[in-house]
Amino acid sequence: MAAGKDLLRIEGLSVTFPLMRGMLTAVDDASLRILPGKVTALVGESGSGKSVIGQAIMGLAPAAAKVSGRILFDDGAGPVDILKLPRDGIEARAIRGARIGQIFQEPMTSFSPLHTIGDQVSEVLKIHEPGPAAARRRETEEMLRLVGFDQPGKVFDKYPFELSGGMRQRAMIAMALICRPSLLIADEPTTALDVTIQAQIMKLLGDLQRQLGMAVLLITHDLGVVANSADEVVVIYHGRIMEAGPVEAIFCNPTHAYLKGLLGAIPHFDMGRSERLKPLREIETLGGGLLAKMPGKVAAPTGKAPEVLLKVRGLSKTFGSRKGDGWLSSAPPPAPAVDDVGFDIRRGECLGLVGESGCGKTTVSKMLMRAVSADAGEVTFDNGAQRIDVLRAEGAELRTLQRRIQMIFQDPVSSLSPRMSVGNILLEPMEIHDLGTRAERVEAARVLLKAVGLEENALRRYPHSFSGGQRQRIGIARALALSPELIICDEPVSALDVSVQAQVLNLLKDLQRDIGLTYLFISHNLAVVNYMADRVAVMWAGRIVELAPVEVLMSAPVHPYTRALLAAVPYPDLGRPLDFATAALSSREARKMWAPAFREGDGGTLAPADLGNGHFVLARTGADAAELRA
Amino acid sequence: MSLARYILWRLAVMVPTLLLISALVFTIIELPPGDYFESYITELQAMGESADLAEIEQLRTKYHFDEPAVVRYFYWLGGMLHGDFGYSFEYRLPVSEVVGDRLWLTILVSFVTIVFTWLIAFPIGIYSATHQYSWGDYGLTLVGMIGISVPNFMLAVILMYFANQWFGVSIGHLMDQKFLGEPMSWEKFRSILSHIWIPVIIIGTAGTAAMIRRLRANLLDELHKQYVTTARAKGMAPGPLLRKYPLRMALNFFISDIGSILPSIISGAEVTAIVLSLETTGPMLINALQSQDMYLAGSFLMFLAFLTVIGMLVSDIALAFLDPRIRLGGEARK
Repeated sequence: MAAGKDLLRIEGLSVTFPLMRGMLTAVDDASLRILPGKVTALVGESGSGKSVIGQAIMGLAPAAAKVSGRILFDDGAGPVDILKLPRDGIEARAIRGARIGQIFQEPMTSFSPLHTIGDQVSEVLKIHEPGPAAARRRETEEMLRLVGFDQPGKVFDKYPFELSGGMRQRAMIAMALICRPSLLIADEPTTALDVTIQAQIMKLLGDLQRQLGMAVLLITHDLGVVANSADEVVVIYHGRIMEAGPVEAIFCNPTHAYLKGLLGAIPHFDMGRSERLKPLREIETLGGGLLAKMPGKVAAPTGKAPEVLLKVRGLSKTFGSRKGDGWLSSAPPPAPAVDDVGFDIRRGECLGLVGESGCGKTTVSKMLMRAVSADAGEVTFDNGAQRIDVLRAEGAELRTLQRRIQMIFQDPVSSLSPRMSVGNILLEPMEIHDLGTRAERVEAARVLLKAVGLEENALRRYPHSFSGGQRQRIGIARALALSPELIICDEPVSALDVSVQAQVLNLLKDLQRDIGLTYLFISHNLAVVNYMADRVAVMWAGRIVELAPVEVLMSAPVHPYTRALLAAVPYPDLGRPLDFATAALSSREARKMWAPAFREGDGGTLAPADLGNGHFVLARTGADAAELRA
Repeated sequence: MSLARYILWRLAVMVPTLLLISALVFTIIELPPGDYFESYITELQAMGESADLAEIEQLRTKYHFDEPAVVRYFYWLGGMLHGDFGYSFEYRLPVSEVVGDRLWLTILVSFVTIVFTWLIAFPIGIYSATHQYSWGDYGLTLVGMIGISVPNFMLAVILMYFANQWFGVSIGHLMDQKFLGEPMSWEKFRSILSHIWIPVIIIGTAGTAAMIRRLRANLLDELHKQYVTTARAKGMAPGPLLRKYPLRMALNFFISDIGSILPSIISGAEVTAIVLSLETTGPMLINALQSQDMYLAGSFLMFLAFLTVIGMLVSDIALAFLDPRIRLGGEARK
C-alpha cells in the first residue's frame, strides 16, 4: 500500500506525562493510518491512551506531555508532520478546525454557556475563511440545517443550555464540519447520549461522512458503535496498538487475546439465561454464603412468605418549578416526572427498569428510598415478618425499612467519601443501626470485603487508591452491610469500562443467587438489563409503558417505544447492522407515528392492558390484544 | 420575560431589606446601657464640671429620649425618609452637616481604590493563571501573600515613615489642611489627587492581592474546561480565545463581588484612615460608636448598609445582562 494514499499516518508515536515520580507512558510506539474518506475506529478502554492520540493529532495534548514520533497529515497539499509544527503556532492553527475537525464526548460542556450557538459555530468560519458577517451567518445556518435543525435561523441565536444533549451534539458536529475538513476526530461522540439519540448521531455522522467525503477517526470503547460505523479498526490497550485492520477481519477473526476477551465480556442479546460473562480479569470472590452470619441478618423467610416483596401502586411525583419571581412567572406547570407508576417486585427476582434519561426511573428509585417524597401512591414492603408502608413509615419502622432496602449508585467515585477509610465506610451503616458488637462488626466488614473479592488490607485504605471497578465493589459491600433484602441498583455499571462491567455484573448475579437478594435494576443499557433481569419494566415520560418477562420483552415487544429502544441498540456484530431509518427517530418525534391505541388524546385514556403471562402494556382502555400486537 | 420587571422587583425587595437593617442597626445602637446624655453627664462630672441639666433635658425631650425605644425608632426612620438624619449630640450639629464632605471623600477613596484594585489585579491574575507554576507566577504569588498578610495600618505606618525619611513629605490627610471646609476648587481637587494615591495603595493592597488569588484560581478552573479545548480545536489563537471565553466566564465572580467589595473596603479603611488622619467617615464612625452619639453612628451604619444593598443590586443586574443562563434560565428549565 502506497504511503501517499493515507490521509493521516502515525509512526512510532509515544506520549509520556511527567508524574511526581517518574514518567507515565500514555501512548507507546503507536503506528496507525487513516485512509481518506473512511471511518477508522480506535477502540480501547478508558486509560488506554486512545484520546491522547486524538489530542496529539490536533496538537491539543497538555503542554507537560512529551510527544515523540511522527504524525504525517496529507490532504492533498503535501505531507506535513504535525508534531514538527510549533505549539499553537499559526501553521498548527490553520489545520485545526479547517482541515481537521474534532467533536468531543461531552456535548454539555463543549460549548461556552455564555455565547450563542451561532456565534460559536460561525467563529470557525471567522477564523479560517474571513468574509462578511451576513455570508457567515448564511453559511452557518446552512450547516445547522445539514446537521438536522429544522429552524437553523432560530437555533443560531439560542444559547447552548436551551438545547438538549443530542441537539448540542448536532451543533457540535456543525461546528467541527463547517469548514469541510478532510478528517474528523470524533472522541466518544455518543457515549454521553441515550441509545436512541446515539443512533441518531451515528446516522448523522455516517451521512455527513459520505456526503462530504471526509475521513473519520472514531475514538470509542463501544464495540457496538464500531461494528455499525467503522471501515477500519485499530485496537489499543495500555498505550500499545494490539491489532489493526478492516472491520470484517477484526470482528470475524479476532486474533489478539485482548479483543477476544473484550468481545466475551460484553453482554449481548443472544446469551442463554445461564450463560455467564467472561471478564477480562476474573475476580476471586468467596461467595455470598459467608454473609449468613452477618450481624443484623434476619432469618430466611419460611415457606409462607409472600411472593411479592415490594408492591408499588399509583406512584406519582411532579417537581415544582421556581415560580412567581419577576420574569420567571410565565412558565407553564411542569409535566409530572413520575406518573401513576405501578409494579411488583417479587422476592428473589431482578426487576429491570429501563428508559431514556429524564424518563423518571431514578426519581422512582429515590421515592422508594424515601430520598424524594411522593405526591401520591402506595408502596408496601412485605417480607413475611413485617408489612411496612414505605411512603409513610416513621421512627422504628423507617429504620427497619432502611435496613431492608439498600442502594448501589452509578458513580463509584462520588458515592464513597474520600475522607473515610474503606473500613469506616463498611462499618458506618452497622454502627448507625447498632448491629452487633464492635468486634462482630469488624469481622463482618472483613467478610463483606471477601464476598466482593477484595483483600482484607483494603479496610485501612482510602477509596482513592482503588480503581473504578473496585470502588463499585466497595459500594456493593456497603449496601450489603445491613443484610438487606432488596437492593436498588441505579445504573451500577454505566460508569465502568466493559471489562470491569462484566466483573461487577457477575458479582451481583452471584450474590443474588447465594443470599437470595432481590434487585430493582435501573439501567439504560438494554443488553445489561437483558443479562441481569428476570422481568423488565420500560419507562417513558414518567409512565411504565411496558412490563414483561425479559425473554418476552426482548423477543416480542409490543409497545412502539420498546420496539424503538430495542432497534436502536448497536450490536457488536457485523451480521446485525442497525436499521438507521427507524432507529434514528427521537422518541418524542416517533410518538406521533405510534398507533393510536398507544396515544392519549381524543378523550382516550391510557391504562395497562394485560396480554397474558405477566405481559402488560400501556394502551387505551378498550383496545384489544390483537390490535396492540399488530 | 422582561429585564425591567426584574429590576423593579429587585428594587421592591430592597425596601424590606433596608427596613430590617435599620431595625437591626437601631437595636445594636440601643444595646449598651444608658444613652449619650448619661455618658456626657458622667464625663462632665468626672472632670469636675457641672452639667447644664436644663439644656440636656431639653434636648432629651426634643429627641424623644423620654419615650420608649420603639417610638424613637420610628421617629428616626421617618426622619431619614425625608433626609433628616438626626442630630449629633457630640458636635451639636445636624448629622448631615457633621458628615458633610467626609461622605463624598469616603466614596471617592473607595471608588478609586476599587478601580486601582481591578487595574492591578486583572493583568496580574491573568498572567499568573496563564503562566501557572512559572517563576513569574511564583514571584507574584509571593508578593500577593505579603500583600494579604501585612495589616493595613502597618503598611500605613511604614509608608509614612519612608515618605518622611526620603521625600520629607507628610502623607497624612487627604488634602492640604488649608482646603478643609473650603468649597471644591481646582486647587483643592489637585491637592486631593496628590494625596489620595497613598491611602488608595494602602487600603487597596490586601484587596488587590486577594483578588489576584481569586482571579487566578477562577481562571485556572475555566482554562481546563472542555469549551476551551473546543475553541482550541477550532484553530483559535490563544489571545482572542482567552479574552472571549475563560476571561468572560471569570468575569462573573468579579461582578458578583461588587456587592461585598464596597462595605469591605469602607470598613477595612477605617484603621488606615485613623493612622493617616484621613478626612473620611471612618474615624468619625468609631468615635461616634464610642461616645454613643447614636444618630451619627446609626446614619453611618445605614449608609454602609445602603451601599451594600446597592452594590448587590448593581451586581445582580449586571449578571443578568452578562450571563444568559441567569437571564433565560427560568424559562429553559421546563
